Amino acid sequence: MAEYSVLIGGKAGEGINTAGLSIAGLFSRLGYRTYMYFDYPSLIRGGHNFAIVRAADRTIGAHRTRVDVLLAFDQNSIDNHRQRLHDGTTVVYDASQVVRGEGYGLPLDDIVKEENAPPITKNSAMIGALARVAGIGREVLEDVLRATVPEKHLEANLRVAGRGYDAVERVFTVEPLDAPALPVLTGNEVAGLGLVHGGLDSYVAYPMTPSSSLLHFLANRAEDLAIRVIHPENEIGVILMALGLAYAGEKTAIGTSGGGFCLMTEGLSLAGMSEIPVTIVMGQRPGPSTGIPTYTAQTDLHFVLNAGQGEFPRLVVAPGDLEETYAWSSAALMLSWRYQVPAIVLTDKTLAEGAYSFDTGAIIPPPDHEPVLWDGAGEYRRYVQTEDGVSPLAFPGREGAIVKASSYAHDEAGFTTEDPTEARELQEKLLRKGESLKEELATYPAVMTYGARDAGMTIACWGSQKWACIEAAEEFGARVVQPLVLSPFPARQWKEAMIGAGKVACVENNATGQLARLLRQHGFDPGRPVLKYDGRPFAVDELEARLAEVFA
Amino acid sequence: MTPDQPPGRPAGGLISPAENTWCPGCGNFSIEHMMKSAVAELSEEEGIPLENFVLLGGIGCHGKLADYLNVNTLYAIHGRSVPAATGIRLANPDLKVICHVGDGDIYAEGLDHLIFAAKRNSDITVIVHDNRVYGLTTGQYTPTSPEGFRGRSTPGGITEHPINPLEVMLAAGATHIARGYTKKVRHLKDLFKEAIMHRGFSFVDVLQICATYFNLTDYYNEHAYEMEEGEADTAEFASALGKIREWDYDREAPIPLGTFYSVKKPIYEEKFRALTADRSERRALVRKVIEEWR
Repeated sequence: MAEYSVLIGGKAGEGINTAGLSIAGLFSRLGYRTYMYFDYPSLIRGGHNFAIVRAADRTIGAHRTRVDVLLAFDQNSIDNHRQRLHDGTTVVYDASQVVRGEGYGLPLDDIVKEENAPPITKNSAMIGALARVAGIGREVLEDVLRATVPEKHLEANLRVAGRGYDAVERVFTVEPLDAPALPVLTGNEVAGLGLVHGGLDSYVAYPMTPSSSLLHFLANRAEDLAIRVIHPENEIGVILMALGLAYAGEKTAIGTSGGGFCLMTEGLSLAGMSEIPVTIVMGQRPGPSTGIPTYTAQTDLHFVLNAGQGEFPRLVVAPGDLEETYAWSSAALMLSWRYQVPAIVLTDKTLAEGAYSFDTGAIIPPPDHEPVLWDGAGEYRRYVQTEDGVSPLAFPGREGAIVKASSYAHDEAGFTTEDPTEARELQEKLLRKGESLKEELATYPAVMTYGARDAGMTIACWGSQKWACIEAAEEFGARVVQPLVLSPFPARQWKEAMIGAGKVACVENNATGQLARLLRQHGFDPGRPVLKYDGRPFAVDELEARLAEVFA
Repeated sequence: MTPDQPPGRPAGGLISPAENTWCPGCGNFSIEHMMKSAVAELSEEEGIPLENFVLLGGIGCHGKLADYLNVNTLYAIHGRSVPAATGIRLANPDLKVICHVGDGDIYAEGLDHLIFAAKRNSDITVIVHDNRVYGLTTGQYTPTSPEGFRGRSTPGGITEHPINPLEVMLAAGATHIARGYTKKVRHLKDLFKEAIMHRGFSFVDVLQICATYFNLTDYYNEHAYEMEEGEADTAEFASALGKIREWDYDREAPIPLGTFYSVKKPIYEEKFRALTADRSERRALVRKVIEEWR
């Protein structure tokens, strides 16, 4: 496979993330599939930010340790990444900042001064240099800048980019591919678009990494998408406001991370009991507590599976790339309304803030669902018993209906009850909805498999680690099995997928093996754990080395 | 008190068949019947369909009102009904959204939501059943219990002073602030109607008798008085603040009842556009966003 990796590093506030996206745009323009890992500490200015952009002639969704080009704005960007260099790595650095560097030193301070351009345009000099090093034509470079830089800053950026381009030499040539230029989006952006595809009316959230950028994206595009975006006082206000909106008929989603989700759990239980639909995008990051706020983890699976007092069904899905994020955010919202259960889209920092080429042609669109609505006949009873457990909805303002929703155990009309028979019937009704949801999901691709069945080696994984696993599996000729739905657990599909699994490795970004624990609960052998819990996702080569120990 | 009308709507049918479990002599009965009458009268006088009223309850004795009135209700959780009310009002501007909350419920558990709803000028009505004691959990102090109050969790008496919730609300930006008393039912009903019809955030603290754990009937009868027309300049912050500070829920003083403050300000929910697109239209918008992605 033809593939290239570029690292760009510097201080926070220098626009490393945006520069990384421009680099991804450069490769996309030539028909390459891209993935960008963005690494940043929890501070606003200073520190060390870097992005690794990987481009390939096939679908990818993970980075490799080594890079072909290193673009360094400061000494840290060289010193921290020496292990990423190989014999053919080209280093381009800002000679105004870096004291000890080998490669092309660009006097960026002088360049922007001579071009009378703002300091932020230094990124364009680096991108210009990258284009030349990679044998990418000046016209492609300028096209990408035209598409990303606001009009009023364009000329300055083009001049500075040209200086970078002219200051270096061609080292290798990225051949254009006969493939479409795909847009590059983050998991959060695609989750937002998927929710709107599913019928979202309102999005409510309180900022928290790694979900803040979902709030920012939807707030910024609220008008374009004809939705409403609200930022209330805290996560408790968020989920209650969402339940109020949904009680009155609006399809509402909310977003948070672990700490915020802690605050939402009482509201989650209310959603379970009152049967008011809500969809929650839960972006994981390392805990306990504040943990490592801007890094990644898959440590909240059992938290979301069990959050909230009492017993009530919930949908939990964990997409592993943009196409799954789109399809399952949409499905989560629609199924939440169809079955009147809370739905959780479980992501993590890697997927939420990572950028990927978005191939809309690869989306498996979920079936469309509408909520079951009251037909207006007879007396309305909000919680009327039905075969599948789902009671038709009416919303306040509907003539002839008195809509009584409640956090208490209640009778069919919604009045509080402590009667043992009614209490039992209510509990069974709630659980029956879970069974109905499970039956429905039997027709969905709830467990994905990649690679041949008779491989004798299988990697089990979930969420964002999917693509690292798929690539690493190819090294061994192994099969990958990935549950997309984690509740209600698709046991039948899992069993079928694991026939002839052979040696099994269970790859997760946590310290205790949370998918493994879930598999054991359902009577499956999760195999050997391959765990990483340092706040960083697996690099493909790193995972290959770890898997070699299991598959040896 | 408006006499009950014959079975059928409006007023008579507004009491649900649910068994009432409040203690005899509980102040909640006054609030229940005055709210029932307020809703029925507003429906008739203002032409508001009964199905456009939504009541929310928190958790505590007050919350049972959600069961006892035959209107749309969201019987929510402790301290959290206010943000849900804002959500309901956001979704449907035709609805009259009324939160019944307790003093422990909203001044302890949910004070943040109350302050923010006032700050936003959310177009909802909050009625606080302020009996100044926890009833359903059997007699602990609340944020409005006076200093020295001996509750089951504080047998030696509390050493802290109560908050004056009206002062908190004025500071937070509430645009309509009133106080009622459960023994002055006609006055209470008028306060309810006025609060419900106020466009913006309206707040009524109701001094409510707890017959079992904190019966202040004699104290209130002795001190409470209805403010005269013009006694407080309800358009003036400073005038309202002075009147609100006449009694601080702690020391012995005359207790003014009535409306302290009422001003017009832009409504939070009206700052959001109405949503008109359906799912298929939104899908076209999603496609457009992706196609034009830079």
